[in-house]
Amino acid sequence: MASEDKKPKAACFDGEAARSLVKELRGTFDAGKTKSYEWRVSQLKSLLKLTKDHEDDIIDALRSDLSKPVLEAFVSEIAMLKSSCEFTLKQLKRWMVPEKVKTSITTFPSSAEIVPEPLGIVLVISAWNYPFLLSLDPVIGAIAAGNAVVLKPSEIAPATSSLLAKLLGEYMDSSAVKVIEGAVPETSALLEQKWDKIFYTGNGKVGSIVLAAAAKHLTPVSLELGGKCPVIVDSNINLITTARRIIAGKWGMNNGQACISADHIITTKDFAPKLIDALKVELVKFYGNDPLASEDLSRIVSSNHFARVTKLLDDDKVSGKIVHGGQKDQSNLKIAPTILLDVPEDSLIMNEEIFGPLLPIVTVDNLEDSFNIINSGEKPLAAYLFTNNKKLKEAFVRNVSAGGLLINDVALHITNPYLPFGGVGESGIGSYHGRFSFDTFTHKKAVLYRSFTGDASARYPPYTLGKLRLLKALLSGNILGIIRALLGW
Amino acid sequence: MEPIGDLERELEELRETYKSGKTKEASWRRSQLKSLLSLLEEREEDIFQALHQDIGKNHVESYRDEVGILIKSVNYALDCLKQWMSGKNVKLPMVTFPTRAELVPEPLGIVLIISSWNFPFGLSLEPLIGAIAAGNVVVLKPSELAPASSSVLATTLHSYLDNKAVKVIQGGPSVGDQLLQQKWDKIFFTGSPRVARIVMTAAAKHLTPVTLELGGKCPAVVDALSSSWDREMAIKRILGGKFGACAGQACIGIDYILTEKKFATTLIEEMKVLIKKMFGENPRESHSVARIINKHHFLSLKSLLDDPMVKASVVYGGSLDEDHLFIEPTILLDPPLEAAIMNEEIFGPLLPIISLEKIEESVEFIKSRPRGLSVYAFTKNEKLMRRLISETSSGSLIFNDAIIQYAADTVPFGGVGESGFGRYHGKFSFDAFTHEKAVVRRHFLIEFWFRFPPWNDYKMQLFKSAYRYNYLSVVLITLGLKKSSQCSKTH
Repeated sequence: MASEDKKPKAACFDGEAARSLVKELRGTFDAGKTKSYEWRVSQLKSLLKLTKDHEDDIIDALRSDLSKPVLEAFVSEIAMLKSSCEFTLKQLKRWMVPEKVKTSITTFPSSAEIVPEPLGIVLVISAWNYPFLLSLDPVIGAIAAGNAVVLKPSEIAPATSSLLAKLLGEYMDSSAVKVIEGAVPETSALLEQKWDKIFYTGNGKVGSIVLAAAAKHLTPVSLELGGKCPVIVDSNINLITTARRIIAGKWGMNNGQACISADHIITTKDFAPKLIDALKVELVKFYGNDPLASEDLSRIVSSNHFARVTKLLDDDKVSGKIVHGGQKDQSNLKIAPTILLDVPEDSLIMNEEIFGPLLPIVTVDNLEDSFNIINSGEKPLAAYLFTNNKKLKEAFVRNVSAGGLLINDVALHITNPYLPFGGVGESGIGSYHGRFSFDTFTHKKAVLYRSFTGDASARYPPYTLGKLRLLKALLSGNILGIIRALLGW
Repeated sequence: MEPIGDLERELEELRETYKSGKTKEASWRRSQLKSLLSLLEEREEDIFQALHQDIGKNHVESYRDEVGILIKSVNYALDCLKQWMSGKNVKLPMVTFPTRAELVPEPLGIVLIISSWNFPFGLSLEPLIGAIAAGNVVVLKPSELAPASSSVLATTLHSYLDNKAVKVIQGGPSVGDQLLQQKWDKIFFTGSPRVARIVMTAAAKHLTPVTLELGGKCPAVVDALSSSWDREMAIKRILGGKFGACAGQACIGIDYILTEKKFATTLIEEMKVLIKKMFGENPRESHSVARIINKHHFLSLKSLLDDPMVKASVVYGGSLDEDHLFIEPTILLDPPLEAAIMNEEIFGPLLPIISLEKIEESVEFIKSRPRGLSVYAFTKNEKLMRRLISETSSGSLIFNDAIIQYAADTVPFGGVGESGFGRYHGKFSFDAFTHEKAVVRRHFLIEFWFRFPPWNDYKMQLFKSAYRYNYLSVVLITLGLKKSSQCSKTH
């Protein structure tokens, strides 16, 4: 029966709420509050304190969302975040200093500097696999650069999302740093607003939506996406160490659910059996004979993703290629470390980012062929090579394009705050970590100082041939030419 | 109009060229830059003629603003190329020793440059220098609104450069649309915010990074200068930065002036004198001021003056010659702030002067408006200068001159907010078309065995120490000389 009752007012975050949120933040930013060094430092220190005081709560939330092993939670999220915060606190003063810049004869006499300034109000949209780190690491950069910031954590990691909302609400300056929880409707409402920068971590499909929304307001965007990160394995290597590092970089990273985890291996036909044997042995050492029971492995984050990953094995031509593992426990959303050998090139598992504990091994006759295989696909966030062959290393660096390359290990390169972390092509736009985080939320304003003395009247009309000659000489920096032109020769 | 079949063929050829690795070689990049230099030196006359035909630019203005700057930029790129191409070694924290890391610059691939009509050579070739120096293959789409220049660009680039790697595709919006549907590794766009939105929306489909060089209203704060020498210098630079730069049709041209009420009269009187000196009694005949690009733009400039209150504020000039698409240098004093002329980017030879009670009010005035490509300030007041630096935001901020930042190689050129994002000139051009790939090399020798599961308290403690870069603790714990303290949580 049709009712005349008005619908109760929705408590959700809608366009109206987004508009007033942005208005409030602009007010805070325009008042200049977030620009001072003192404010930035106090906020960063609060982030650090929040992390230290609530380490247990964070670990609990990560276990609830992902069954993330304690040590993994500590090492890959908490410690990384703390170290990023500490590094930023140490360097911030230096980063905020204008950079003096040399000027040339064309603008002589002049002096110049590049002054870093905040962009304004920024939106950080984070992912579910490292929900704590991927939310707060960009926020560190945004705050360090003097912006007001809204964080939208992933709803697929709800415990962490609500913990972040609670803790940031308690510890941070809520007139400038806010957390908005929610899913598609809330994110859409946020994306309709005008931001001065959007920082998105996630997948390419949504990345494209974010970029299109940003285009309406000409907002610059950073996209940290993923890709199929390949691992090329040569035969002349330390097999046990290689196997261990591959395992750590695949199943040790949120059970394969990481943008930089090893997606698949490329090795020679001859070497594959040896590699598989080594992996099997080490896998048992790491996770025991019943990996589904091991507490040192994360689970699959949700039933949607569980279905997505198992679908990759659905194909007969694929499931027949399993050489290790394959066990599943749907009720606990667990999938055991699974290795496959020579699945068909056109299968789904070889064309989508796996983001799960399945590791296909592709074999080639010559290892050099692997470069073409990688380059024929989309550029990944990272590419890995295990070898002792110097020539192969150099060919790898020269020929393979990816966000970053790591030789003889997996994933470790992201722990270095002096290296930019970001993708290229389909794996993303922009980079961060360390100073690059500060830079990504900063506008580097060029400031040029000129005096009233000394000018080339040649610049101005009325225009004459003599002026043309002088300008030619000036712009080419040719001293003799300048003298000649000035003397009228 | 370029039919689609041809476009696909051209793009396929570009992809093949890029795949062959030819453009990555330093020798190729160097030879292309040298050829560009020859083009600029040998075809100067053709370029001058095209610019004169398209927009009525005087040879000297064309050299000063386009040809000369480009020659300087190509030479700078040639000098610096080796350095730009070499990797950069990167520091590493000890916990990852022994490891080597570097940043290796690589080209993005196939890039699209869309340029504008007001500096058709400069805005096409300056980004092209960067794209080539960085090792990419390029499609350049010059503006169809400057057809003579577009045509000269097409013929000269075709004959001087490697046309399997650098292509010019001419045409209007429909050609632009076809190009935008393709997948590029980078798009570099110079133009208006309206078209920028179209470009970025198209780029979003392919996750293509873009640089947008837009414009905005660039204000010039003019303080009361007591010395007549300073005043003359300042006014020359202001007039040059407005009327002398493509008749005000420049993204970094001075849009309007902010000055104190009590200085306004002096300023205007001295400007009138210098305008006559610089541009002559009849600027159109002396060819010292460019003309307006086309009728459409002429009419929109005309309409800015239609508002009676705006018309009443004209204190100098104001005559419009529709047949010759010429507008003489025009000064207005205090047109209403709500009028279109004070809210849209003027992009023409109309110079409003807004008078304020005190010059410090200029800071608030600028702050409350959208961010432009540049802010100019003619002043010796250090306090005002500091306030402008810290309280206003713009692509760049120039003291005591205008436009000149365009000629600099070491200072980034680009906008913020509504004036765009990304930057170029000098090394920034190279960077705009480059991916800095992080490369880390490890050994098999040393391993942090506590990296691997199964996990326990002991390993946890080691990690806590290692992450604090507390190596002594790591060593002591490993040697059993230090007890691992109670870990808060373990399974």
